[in-house]
Amino acid sequence: MRRLILLGMGALAFLFPFYYMFIGSLQAEPDTSMAGLVPSPGKLTLENYREINEEVNLATSLLNSGIFTGAVVACTVVFGVLAGYALARLRFRGRGTMFAILLLVQVVPFQLLLIPLYVLIVRGYGLADSHLGMVLPFAINSTAVFVFRQFFLQLPKELFDAAHIDGAGELRLLWSVALPLVRPALLTAVLLTFIGPWNEFLWPFLITKQADMQPLAVSLANYISNVAARAANPYGAVLAGACVLAAPVIGLFIAFQRHFVSTNIGTGVKG
Amino acid sequence: MMAVASARRRLASLAGPQPVGLALIAPYAVYVAAVFAYPFGFAVWMSFHDYFFAAPGARVDRPFVGVGNYVAALTDPAVRRAFLNVGVFLLINVPLTVVLAMGLAVALNRAIHARTFLRVAFYVPYVTASVAVVGVWLFLFSEGGLVNRLLGPLAPEPSWLVNEALAMPLIAVFVAWKQLGFFILLYLAGLQNVPRELYEAAAVDGATRWRRFRSVTVPALRPATLLVVVLATITGANLFTEPYLLTGGGGPNGASASPVLLMYQRGIEQGLPGMAAAIGVLLVIMVIALSWLSRRLLEVR
Repeated sequence: MRRLILLGMGALAFLFPFYYMFIGSLQAEPDTSMAGLVPSPGKLTLENYREINEEVNLATSLLNSGIFTGAVVACTVVFGVLAGYALARLRFRGRGTMFAILLLVQVVPFQLLLIPLYVLIVRGYGLADSHLGMVLPFAINSTAVFVFRQFFLQLPKELFDAAHIDGAGELRLLWSVALPLVRPALLTAVLLTFIGPWNEFLWPFLITKQADMQPLAVSLANYISNVAARAANPYGAVLAGACVLAAPVIGLFIAFQRHFVSTNIGTGVKG
Repeated sequence: MMAVASARRRLASLAGPQPVGLALIAPYAVYVAAVFAYPFGFAVWMSFHDYFFAAPGARVDRPFVGVGNYVAALTDPAVRRAFLNVGVFLLINVPLTVVLAMGLAVALNRAIHARTFLRVAFYVPYVTASVAVVGVWLFLFSEGGLVNRLLGPLAPEPSWLVNEALAMPLIAVFVAWKQLGFFILLYLAGLQNVPRELYEAAAVDGATRWRRFRSVTVPALRPATLLVVVLATITGANLFTEPYLLTGGGGPNGASASPVLLMYQRGIEQGLPGMAAAIGVLLVIMVIALSWLSRRLLEVR
């Protein structure tokens, strides 16, 4: 019982900033006193949302975030499933090397590649302020490829032998035998992949200078660092933007939280 | 017929028994080559050359400068400060992460009630964008923010984010808080592998709960701890968003600047990509060295 109380208090400490974010986004004036924790209904307003929308154009930013994230998820699902299936089920030359590379890629800090990628994509290919340039470095999530491989690996071998005897080709086997069985893994991988680009700040920040190309994380960050100083209620507007940025991910996470359970991630980790 | 069979055999000896695998993995292989392997080589090359931005397509000479960029990076006080800062960060962040994540995972593993709620609560910061939660922390830890109001006369002067001694530790705590949910999951996965008999044997021997935790759980979780330490180190080395936004560009006086922030400032803002690449290489060497060290310290022998 004591443990549960401690855990509960810890959980509340973890959730508190989110509560404060939401409450703060609805307050007409920043109230940092204890009384601000339980605001009176009369003082609540949507004014902050209107203000942040004026400053960063939420619709465009959300659209950019959506395109960025959607493209990464789509590429990861299509090419990641193919790669994961090949690594798990097919014997071909170079499979061991590719698997080693898959593991290696996950520990290479993205930041080392930052400058060369910037030089190549922005200066070399002229892809600054474009969705393509934004997506390229993230196109296939290696962790997702790894998760796919682990799940294909767990399928019973007999299943594949039987289908082979029936004369099914590899692609057909993947499409009609393996994929339907790993649907939960697919959802887990999609959710894992979704978080990355949706929350990513550094890369889109580097390559987008035009406001109408920036995903929400970038436009909100720019608002925080540049504009906030001269706004009437900067915290209110910042918190309203933060709520808009956080809501889709938190919503998805709560809706599908059982797909994030330890066993799924665990299989990914145990190797 | 014979010709087809022999061609197939030749293909098999060249590409393996199921050459279709090569076709399936090709897109990923191309992606890794273009986005990881080539830029990786390019980064190392760049760090040994006097690289500068030129108009696209212009052919310019970029002379080899040996370790010049490394010397420039290591003699730059701001860069040295940034590496020192990341050291401070890791000294606070990694132990805090390990202790809290392990403790919470053990408690969560035994909790029967409200498991879903608890798991969601600890995981929510991890799935939320840094930029969004930084907004709240700015509000909470600002000069007249809630934290200082609660502390009253105990509030630090100057306030948290503009205090040279407190800015980096606060960022370390922020990142520990934000990443903890993920590391709890790693520990929860590790806990599933601890043999139950060990606890029973320890209980038979009359070991107290604390003793069982120390002598059974902690050693059994060593592989998970190694993974947590290495991943937390990599996360710390990649630090950028927090010093950029939370402390307004690594302030005060560079007390919370991170190497990646310096890479951005030197490489892109000031047009010195060679030096920035050198900082990147040094950073990776540091991460590899720290990972090796933690492996030596934590590996089960």
